[in-house]
Amino acid sequence: MVGTGWYLALAALVFALGAVGLLVRRNPLIMFMCVELMLNAVNLTFVAFGRDLADLGGQVSVFFVLVVAAAEVVVGLAIVVAIMRRRVGATADDVSVLRG
Amino acid sequence: MEIAVFAVCAVIVIGGALGVIVARHPVYAALSLVATLFGVAVLFLTLDAPFLAAVQVIVYAGAIVVLFLFVIMLLGVDRAENLRTEPLGGQRPLAVGLGVATLVLALLFAIAVGTGGFGDGSVATGAPAAVAPERDSCTGLSKALEDSSPLVAACDGTEPISNIRQVARWVFTDYVWAFQLTGLLLTVAVVGAVVLARGRRGADGDDEAAGPAPDTAPEAV
Repeated sequence: MVGTGWYLALAALVFALGAVGLLVRRNPLIMFMCVELMLNAVNLTFVAFGRDLADLGGQVSVFFVLVVAAAEVVVGLAIVVAIMRRRVGATADDVSVLRG
Repeated sequence: MEIAVFAVCAVIVIGGALGVIVARHPVYAALSLVATLFGVAVLFLTLDAPFLAAVQVIVYAGAIVVLFLFVIMLLGVDRAENLRTEPLGGQRPLAVGLGVATLVLALLFAIAVGTGGFGDGSVATGAPAAVAPERDSCTGLSKALEDSSPLVAACDGTEPISNIRQVARWVFTDYVWAFQLTGLLLTVAVVGAVVLARGRRGADGDDEAAGPAPDTAPEAV
């Protein structure tokens, strides 16, 4: 049985990788993917702590995080589509304001 | 056995995460994200969360990544990005430094909290007595790997409760208002996505404004 600390370490590594990618990349779609990486790392932490503490609340929290992540991706990708329709090939640097 | 599963999944997860960061092509980044998500799903199985593993595969790999790929193809941004140019001077070393700082802090937290947790998986902190009987320790992959029993095998004479049933009991009793709020959130998200992606004038005139034409008309509601 693998200890909880190893799961936490793996989640920390994935979270750091996602944070670096979010700061470095300029394509908005890949920035969204890095946000998903960070959310998955936190989900892994939730489930690992849930097993460690023998509490099902960790899994229930992950369930709600999944729902919120799905809603976030839907709205975010709609915004990206709306921006890319006006300016093809825009990066995160080109879109500094959300005004049309 | 579980150590081998964890090691393989950790390699897949980290490799997929690196692939998302360094991939020059957005489609390759999305496929690397799928690898990471599957690895995390298997890790959920080893953590006695089979329901979340299934939901992870269905929702993340089945819906969210497909949505990503759909948008990539729809927008035609599936061309390689030049990673050599660095628009802001000194941003990348700063970002990597911040990432390393985050990693060190999180690892310190993991070591501080999981003292003893690195070894044989012993419980580091005391389990709350109120929720301990609710936990179903006789399902999940770890138990199934140990004695190769089916997932619904009774462990200590009590009636076995599956993980899905337990999660459902929590979601629909203690967290029912949060559940209702997520339903409201999803409805708002769907309506917002439709409004945002429909364009300015509706279905008939959404492509006439190709160039930057600011302040032409207010949002037609």
